[in-house]
Amino acid sequence: MAGRFSGNGTAVALGEPAPAVPLYQKLLSDYALRTKRRRLLWRAFRSRHALHRVADRTGTIRKGDVLCFVTLRNEAVRLPHFLDHHRKLGVDHFLIVDNGSTDGSADLLRSAPDVSLWHTSTSYKASRFGLDWVTWLQIRHGHGHWCLTLDADELMLYPHYETRSLQALGAWLDQQGQRSFGAMMLDLYPQGPLSAAVCGPGDDPLSVLQWFDPGNYSVMVQSRMRNLWIQGGPRARMFFAQEPRRAPTLNKVPFVKWDRRFAYVNSTHALLPPPLNEVYDTTGGERTSGVLLHTKFLQIILDKSREEKERRQHFANSALYDRYYDGVMADPVLYCAASRRLTGWRQLEALGLLSRGGWV
Amino acid sequence: MTVAGAGARVGFLMLCHTALDRAAQVARHWAERGCPVVIHVDRRVAAAPYAKLMADLADLPDVRFSGRHACEWGTWGIVAASQQAATMMLRDFPDVRHVYLASGSCLPLRPVEELAAYLDERPRTDFIESVTTEDVGWTVGGLSVERFTLRFPFSWRKQRALFDLYVELQRKVRFRRKMPDGVVPHLGSQWWCLTRQTLSAMLEHPERARIDRYFRKVWIPDESYFQTMVRMVSSNVESRSLTLSKFDYQGKPHIFYDDHLQLLRRSDCFVARKIWPQADKIYAAFLSDDRSRQAVAEPNPGKIDRLFAKAVERRTKGRPGLYMQSRFPNANWENGRTAGPYSVFSGFSDVFENFEIWLSKASGTRVHGHLFAPDRVHFAGGEHVYNGALSDSAALRDYNPKSFLTSLIWNTRGERQCFQFGPGDDQTLNWFMAMDLNAQISVISGAWAVPLFHSNQNFSDIRREAARLQKLEQEFLNILRSPHAKARTRIWSLADFVENPMEPLQTIIDEIGPRQGRRLTEAPRMADLTGFGQFLQNLRNQGMQPVLMGDFPVGDDPKPTSTRRGRPYLVK
Repeated sequence: MAGRFSGNGTAVALGEPAPAVPLYQKLLSDYALRTKRRRLLWRAFRSRHALHRVADRTGTIRKGDVLCFVTLRNEAVRLPHFLDHHRKLGVDHFLIVDNGSTDGSADLLRSAPDVSLWHTSTSYKASRFGLDWVTWLQIRHGHGHWCLTLDADELMLYPHYETRSLQALGAWLDQQGQRSFGAMMLDLYPQGPLSAAVCGPGDDPLSVLQWFDPGNYSVMVQSRMRNLWIQGGPRARMFFAQEPRRAPTLNKVPFVKWDRRFAYVNSTHALLPPPLNEVYDTTGGERTSGVLLHTKFLQIILDKSREEKERRQHFANSALYDRYYDGVMADPVLYCAASRRLTGWRQLEALGLLSRGGWV
Repeated sequence: MTVAGAGARVGFLMLCHTALDRAAQVARHWAERGCPVVIHVDRRVAAAPYAKLMADLADLPDVRFSGRHACEWGTWGIVAASQQAATMMLRDFPDVRHVYLASGSCLPLRPVEELAAYLDERPRTDFIESVTTEDVGWTVGGLSVERFTLRFPFSWRKQRALFDLYVELQRKVRFRRKMPDGVVPHLGSQWWCLTRQTLSAMLEHPERARIDRYFRKVWIPDESYFQTMVRMVSSNVESRSLTLSKFDYQGKPHIFYDDHLQLLRRSDCFVARKIWPQADKIYAAFLSDDRSRQAVAEPNPGKIDRLFAKAVERRTKGRPGLYMQSRFPNANWENGRTAGPYSVFSGFSDVFENFEIWLSKASGTRVHGHLFAPDRVHFAGGEHVYNGALSDSAALRDYNPKSFLTSLIWNTRGERQCFQFGPGDDQTLNWFMAMDLNAQISVISGAWAVPLFHSNQNFSDIRREAARLQKLEQEFLNILRSPHAKARTRIWSLADFVENPMEPLQTIIDEIGPRQGRRLTEAPRMADLTGFGQFLQNLRNQGMQPVLMGDFPVGDDPKPTSTRRGRPYLVK
């Protein structure tokens, strides 16, 4: 019945099922994605020479360990809390690529017993925003493990995280026959201007970033890789109100039972093969999902935006985002009357931002 | 306490395959409290952990290890393991009267003495869930009686495609296995507690070889072998399991974590499964001898049932009207397109002055302007950011109108939203709203002509605009009148409505807040329609055919009726 109503040209946004594609087209598209995946794996293989081993403790990784993969640059402020938070969740080993930090991040990491560190000074953009490096490490070390792939400004949160480890989550997903787990990014911001969100090295960024947008997210399906496309939040509201298409993508699939043939395509927003992107239920039910608390909007972003705008390493077509950088550098107040203060995962579940699904 | 209970013991069979250290802990708990334990370890477990388990329990004389079988889920191995362990239990411990089948991830919730006392009072009772296939509601995947009548040579875990294909093939050719005489298929939880008499009668059954051969090819025999056999040898079956075990919608067992501690205390079951191996608090609490800590909670098994029933509902039905990263239903699978009822008014703000303020007072709801206006989102009170931090940017809204509307209704759950709509607005969601049971859509057709009538534009522009709006509204009305539309829809032509506005208004208001039951006393002020008939005639004279507003004869201007009291309103 639905087919006859989808003639209004917005089939995808309305959540109508994609019109039936002829079999040959589906096979062609599958083949194209397979080729793409193999190309990504090949790029990762080629990029292995760019990585210089600083501290390799991967020998201590045991069967069943949860691994966390990170690419970072100058994150000395966030790193201690980032590591602590995810250690508490049950990450057994961090595999980190340092892309030329100059603020002592590498020193922080080199001595940690559960961190393996690589250094590279090659281009972030030319290595698919660090994905080539991470994919190579995942091919080498991730196979058969539950792998968490994060940025240093993301803090993973999932239902019952206080009492249940990532191992428990992984084991439960295994039992459900699910290989991947979705967690959307939730932008946190201070009540005042960004310059007020001062956070010293090692401090908890959540002590100054406490607010978020509770219900202004646009959701649609991207049929090619079957992933959701979620946009919205304070950045869409403040910086992309006139060109919503360019607003940052928020959906992520950061937690995956890795296989060496998998590859992330575009940050951790989507990966191949496509079934891994189906972390949502299409028949009305709710799957279990988490949230990545995005601690981007600390005071240090003001300088960082200036640097990023000059380095042009963060977007494929960076010039289009100059307005965004200008907006951030103007030290705006993202807070509004409808903002909510973060109190915990149960609050986020009640607001419909994450769900425990069947995991009680 | 009966005489038969004197000196009788309960023995535990433990089927283990992972977390052997926890299994050892539980086995020790039981053995040290006078219960013999026979442990079966899956053959697929490596030699080293098995040897460690044996060494860990070497000091306990009442712990035995039985011959090992590979226990792949859904196959005969688990039954074979149970049989062999049970044989060993009956042979080595002649004073055992009840045999309790448990797994390595089971945990005793109540002290062993309570279990022993409970069984002493029921020395002849077999506790095993055993239900005929017709009465089972919980089999998942559509296989209930077919478990017994088809063959299952392929592994469900490793050869799923072949498994499904072969089942389908057998259905096609109507293949049916012949059941051995006397076998009436029963199903039930695999965790039982049987008496020596019953168990030995099963193990020594004259037909056992034949029956075993049959059950080897039955799908998931651990849920049917003992459950069926018990009906052949026992006359005192209590069809329930003493083990607390909860299953999700796929039939997979729920796992208990540390945060379930209080919940488990409220259970009246003797044993629970399955427990997450790293749930240190739970293991510490239930394996300690400190009874005072355990006795605090009153048994309340209903609470556990409710929690897990709710989980199944959330997993399978979800929260209506919610679209998010875990839930993005296909069309017509939404279980409610929006989170709550809302009202759409088309034409009312054209016919009445300050309609929004009036409606807000009369109905006690939140009344927005034109949410889908081309310039911006007209939220109630002219807000720029509304509940949920929804922006008033038209570009953001038009980028994904469905998300905009569903978010608005979701964000304001519990407070009814009303908004104005019209042919001048973005029409993308017409089908969506028309198909939504939560939508109450009231239309005064042709009312868009009133602002044109009052406008100060060139008549040729008015005529063009009128033709455009009429076409759009006609499409909207066609959708509303479609046999597939589910919204509560009311449509009046402008002429009919102006004739008697109070009754329709009263009907709408009553529907919004049925408990109020108030009669409208103050009517909204109607726009001046003097000369409107002539205006329509002018449009006709210019070659346009205004049809949606009904009959306005030239010169016969409608009397302003807004000050008139409505007719006595009848409640049906």
